[in-house]
Amino acid sequence: MLESNKDSLKLDAMKRIIALIAKGKNASELFPAVVKNVASKNIELKKLVYVYLVRYAEEQQDLALLSISTFQRALKDPNQLIRASALRVLSSIRVPIIVPIMMLAIKEAASDMSPYVRKTSAHAIQKLYSLDPDQKEHLIEVIDKLLKDKSTLVAGSVVMAFEEVCPDRIDLIHKNYRKLCNLLVDVEEWGQVVIITMLTRYARTQFTSPWKEDGLFEENSETAFYESDEKKTKNGDEKKSYMMDPDHRLLLRNTKPLLQSRNTAVVVSVAQLYWHLAPKHEVGVITKSLVRLLRSHREVQYVVLQNIATMSIQRKGMFEPYMKSFYVRSTDATHIKSLKLEILTSLANEANISTILREFQTYVKSQDKQFAAGTIQAIGRCATNISEVTDTCLQGLVLLLSNRDETVVAESVVVIKKLLQTQPTQHSDIIKHMAKLFDNIAVPMARASILWLMGEYCERVPQIAPDVLRKMAKSFTSEEDIVKLQTVNLAAKLYLTNSKQTKLLTQYILNLGKYDQNYDIRDRTRFIRQLIVPNEKSGALGKYARRILLAPKPAPVLESTYKDRDRYQLGTLSHTINTKASGYLELSDWPAVAPDQSVRNVEVIEPVKEWAPSLGKTGKSKLSKSSDDKFYSDSGEEKEKGSGSSSSDDSSSSSEESSSEAESDEEKSSSQSSEESDKSSSQSEKSSSESDSEQKKTTKKPPQKKTVKPTAKDSDSDENGNVAKETSSSSAEETSSGSESGSDADSHSGTERKKKTKSKAKPKMEVKSTKEVSLLKEVSLLDLDDFTPTPVTRPKMSVLSPSLLGDLEGLSLSNISSTIQVSGPAFVPEKSHDLLHRMTGKGLSAQYQFPRQPCLYQPTMVSVQISLTNTTDHPLEQIHIGDRDPTGLDMHCFNAIECLLPEASVTVSLGVDFNDSTQAANFQLCTKEDQFSVSIQPAVGELFLPATMTEQDFRKEQGKLLGMNESSATITMAAENTTRQPISRQVATVANLGVVPSGQDNIHRFAGKTASSGALVLVTVELRELSAALITINTEKSVMGPMLLRDLKRALAWA
Amino acid sequence: MINSLFLINPSGEIFLEKHWKSVVSRSVCDYFLEAKEKALEPEDVPPVIHTPHHYLISIYRDKLFFLSVIQTEVPPLFVIEFLHRVAEMIQDYFGECSETVVKDHMVMVYELLEEMLDNGFPLATESNVLKEMIRPPTILRSVVNTLTGTSNVGDTFPTGQLSTIPWRRAGVRYTNNEAYFDVVEEIDAILDQSGTTVFAEIQGVVEACVKLSGMPDLTLSFMNPRLLDDVSFHPCVRYKLWESERVLSFIPPDGNFTLMTYHVNAQNLVAIPVYVKQSISFFECGSDGRLDVTVGPKQTMGKTVEGVMVTVHLPKTILSINLTATQGSYTYDNGTKLLVWDIGKLNPQKLPNLRGSLSLQAGAPKPEENPSLNIDLNIQQLAISGLKVNRLDMFGEKYKPFKGVKYITKAGKFQVRT
Repeated sequence: MLESNKDSLKLDAMKRIIALIAKGKNASELFPAVVKNVASKNIELKKLVYVYLVRYAEEQQDLALLSISTFQRALKDPNQLIRASALRVLSSIRVPIIVPIMMLAIKEAASDMSPYVRKTSAHAIQKLYSLDPDQKEHLIEVIDKLLKDKSTLVAGSVVMAFEEVCPDRIDLIHKNYRKLCNLLVDVEEWGQVVIITMLTRYARTQFTSPWKEDGLFEENSETAFYESDEKKTKNGDEKKSYMMDPDHRLLLRNTKPLLQSRNTAVVVSVAQLYWHLAPKHEVGVITKSLVRLLRSHREVQYVVLQNIATMSIQRKGMFEPYMKSFYVRSTDATHIKSLKLEILTSLANEANISTILREFQTYVKSQDKQFAAGTIQAIGRCATNISEVTDTCLQGLVLLLSNRDETVVAESVVVIKKLLQTQPTQHSDIIKHMAKLFDNIAVPMARASILWLMGEYCERVPQIAPDVLRKMAKSFTSEEDIVKLQTVNLAAKLYLTNSKQTKLLTQYILNLGKYDQNYDIRDRTRFIRQLIVPNEKSGALGKYARRILLAPKPAPVLESTYKDRDRYQLGTLSHTINTKASGYLELSDWPAVAPDQSVRNVEVIEPVKEWAPSLGKTGKSKLSKSSDDKFYSDSGEEKEKGSGSSSSDDSSSSSEESSSEAESDEEKSSSQSSEESDKSSSQSEKSSSESDSEQKKTTKKPPQKKTVKPTAKDSDSDENGNVAKETSSSSAEETSSGSESGSDADSHSGTERKKKTKSKAKPKMEVKSTKEVSLLKEVSLLDLDDFTPTPVTRPKMSVLSPSLLGDLEGLSLSNISSTIQVSGPAFVPEKSHDLLHRMTGKGLSAQYQFPRQPCLYQPTMVSVQISLTNTTDHPLEQIHIGDRDPTGLDMHCFNAIECLLPEASVTVSLGVDFNDSTQAANFQLCTKEDQFSVSIQPAVGELFLPATMTEQDFRKEQGKLLGMNESSATITMAAENTTRQPISRQVATVANLGVVPSGQDNIHRFAGKTASSGALVLVTVELRELSAALITINTEKSVMGPMLLRDLKRALAWA
Repeated sequence: MINSLFLINPSGEIFLEKHWKSVVSRSVCDYFLEAKEKALEPEDVPPVIHTPHHYLISIYRDKLFFLSVIQTEVPPLFVIEFLHRVAEMIQDYFGECSETVVKDHMVMVYELLEEMLDNGFPLATESNVLKEMIRPPTILRSVVNTLTGTSNVGDTFPTGQLSTIPWRRAGVRYTNNEAYFDVVEEIDAILDQSGTTVFAEIQGVVEACVKLSGMPDLTLSFMNPRLLDDVSFHPCVRYKLWESERVLSFIPPDGNFTLMTYHVNAQNLVAIPVYVKQSISFFECGSDGRLDVTVGPKQTMGKTVEGVMVTVHLPKTILSINLTATQGSYTYDNGTKLLVWDIGKLNPQKLPNLRGSLSLQAGAPKPEENPSLNIDLNIQQLAISGLKVNRLDMFGEKYKPFKGVKYITKAGKFQVRT
């Protein structure tokens, strides 16, 4: 049929052949006929031929070569899927002759346009390697190339190839480490497993152990991560703090969401990563997820339980709260039952032992006798581990001796024997009891155990032991071998201790043993006879008989079979089978000193810190602008002159008033700013014109800033010089960083100002935190000037140095206003929220408010002001931020306040990156003595920065944000809200948005950007007849839209 | 990674084999069959078996063994998870996963396996992608195929595999756009003899059936998301948004899928919808015993409890039983000693009761332990944890979809010890 012309007939034939293959029948003799069809046009036929080819090519190498040219042709096909499938089949044909062809094809495919083809080539690498290991060097080159690939499709496959071909070439990973960490969430699930396993190994070689210090720092490693610089300088060399490598943290942070994966393999691989890499106190997060997996299929349960068993031995606390999840059901499979039992035993401690024992009582009665026996052993283990309950357990076990089921009784006897051995105290009554039961027990192991006990402790039960021996002598011939052996032992021991009564009996038993069928018993009998019965030949040994037979024996240790499993990496095959599987890669120990971490630095933008590029502008330029207008709204006025854009009509308050303050400010600030600006300027000089490095620099800035410490307070002289220098350098850098807006001048001045504002505000804090006592007066002054909320706009002006101002004037005149600029807040609500009430805070009260200023620490953060007041009559010391919610948000803390005098208050500012969500930021506010958990809950409106734009721009942007990005509602306006002024005020109260000038009287527009991602938020309020109004919100943040809408509705409809 | 796959039926016959690397002789299965002989129940076969040259990882599902052969170190769960995906895929394609179905569609299963793995590494496991490559059989299509000679293999290439959302295929069109969500909660509980709860928890799952055209972007929010203690998601759910706002935002796969599974905070006391009064006793002398079971509603939140079923594994020594049920009917299989009492709807006025005598084999000792009762039940229109879907919003498409949410509470592993 394959020779037929009709495709349908051929197809039918091929299907039959494939069915044969599937059943495992041999269809190789059809090879020539099948190969002819490799070039068929029919896709299904072609696929079937491929399947056949891959299966039999190895056996018919010569004929397989006929098909190669077809694949080579297909490799050049314009369709990526055809290229991929050709490569896939070509590499699957295991014919050594075509190795060069394959090599060539792989190399080409590795630089293919399509990520799918590149993925296939990564698979092909493994196939080629298994076919011809000599190609390793070339293949490593390809792997290296593919590792650099940024596509999520490729990542999993290439790491798989890496693991297979060259798992020891860790150096290839360095440059790609951060990229892999960041891509991880988007990689397909199977790839995730492979990458996580690889990264676990990598991290063990590259980072220092987070486990070394158990003290204070272990608990607060996250704080240490942020504040270690300060702590180091404070504590000097007293304490060598552990600081987690940021890359190490990155890995942990990026894998955590994967615990929520539906793929059990992913969950367990993350769990093992945390187990092997995370600081001890963070491992707890995996517990819940692992317990969840217990609901899954039987096989999954099996593997997960094994892993839990290993973990629970080392860390009881982790699974203790979930103890009940390990309760056994009668429907569980036997191996699941015994694993659960194992875990329950490991979890047992003084507190829960009674619950566990009660549960065990139920299991003992189980119909599954093997399981019941296992339970008894478990009770035995609990008894030895927890000395408090040993007696209870023993009593319980003795009760079990009267059980009707033999296996249970036998097992109890064996366990009791072990327990008695560990505690050779006065348990003679138990031994007596067992002797009584002896007649009823038929299981040989149990009988033997009792006999052994009798012999071992025969001095404690002098009456009974000989009697038992008498009984045994009677039934000796009908006993099992193991019982006979113990009988002989017992006889010997009794002979030594109590020879009067037992001499004859012993003789008799030894005689019986002498002619036993089993040679072991005959041997033992002869040995014992020589040893104990004194005769001429016995010689020296006889003297020591007593010492030989009645030597104190070490107690057996009852411990878990999972005790040493942790030498294998959790979740691996080797761990499951408890032997080293082929291809298992050992997890290395932590290095004592971390290898150079700079190897991981890559000359690319770090994706974590990357802002979502919206509207073709980088976030940075936007933000730099945002800061300038706020602090220097006088330049905003100038802009007004130049371009007519009304950015801040209400910010034109007293510039004179602020000048005095600014002057004093500057004096203080200059000292620190000089140092900082020095650094940044020198850096920017070095910075190349690539925006890449530019970006990187900004990401590096925050930590640098932290290291800056107030050293000299009087170096204000070089302030101007510094600033000038900075201006020139930053202008060069900013223009090159490419804000496409075309407003060079604006961005130029923007950057400069931003830096200045940074340096200005920073010292305010520094001053407070470090010199608070001496500068108390100044602090309060600052409070009045800066932070006392006023219903009008805050003084946001400050005086620039004249030369600079002039400079700016000229530049800002050329400003073109077609861009969207972030402006100062139209309104700052007075409202402050309680963070910590003085009653709950033991005299420390804290309130927070949103000053609606761009955050100084990181552009994506929202700044929050906290005013702390001491209402007690004694000074409070060491006020600082302690533990944060581990799942929490990125925060920039304020420096610790050394001392807050009674009745004094201090205002500090904080930066929180809310990630454009209204999730509360939870953290702990600590004083020297106490810790208070507090949380900051932002309203959605506080997460914006106002923006100004023309009506035209507004419409244009609105046009881009339709569909799912739009949410709207019609409301009835309160009567007083129908004119422009109240509407603007109401909107500004709710959300930090800027007013957009509008041509129509009935339409009011507002614009802003989200702090974290810089996404545009456009609000339109359209007044209709009869005080109805339509509110429309356009934003790409599809969740913030409706939330904001809800708030606005409430505010505007409110009467 | 995965070297070969064998499908084995309960009697030990290998009826399908597939190799992704060099061919492994099927004699390797002998180790497995040996282990299977040893085990009393098919469930007791160890999932991981170590042989001199290979490692065998198997799952038992739908009365079939899926046995994979591994040569090198690989996370065992990786393989187990994949095998379950294979079983689910067969189920998805052919409606059930059984020996006959696989034998009927031998070639198609073989082709699917070929697509799912490349060199032992998973390539396409999303059912949406697979269905684009190899179309599932329908009666209509099989008729058309035989008449026209066209095939089941898709002539278009899968686009989902290339995109960043591999779970959804492009160009979906429906005339009725509908999205249904089933919130199914299962109560896992162990009650002891006196009826007190030893252990109880609620596990829930949100099953979705989404038939929407185009690329809809859905947001599902709950009234009380704080209830959810631990969750796991389909890969389509945006985890960040869940973390920050506790809403499920996702671009759904086409058709049926499991959106999320969750665990309800264990601190909340779990409402147990039924109580069971039982007494099973065996007389010390004589070979006789009595059984008396009554089931009644407890905390049902005003809903009726339906589909109540009591399953008992009686001790092996039982010879025969003689029972009468006031409601429903019971079946008893003397071979497996399995007693199933199908009650149906619970009527609070007239409590169903099953009583009668059990007779033991002559001379057999009184059973040590009374058998435990497994309860099955379901309650419509109630999520026992109180979880409620707040709203479903759709973005990205213009049409108005038809939306529906259904709640069901079931008994999961609900066991009463006696």
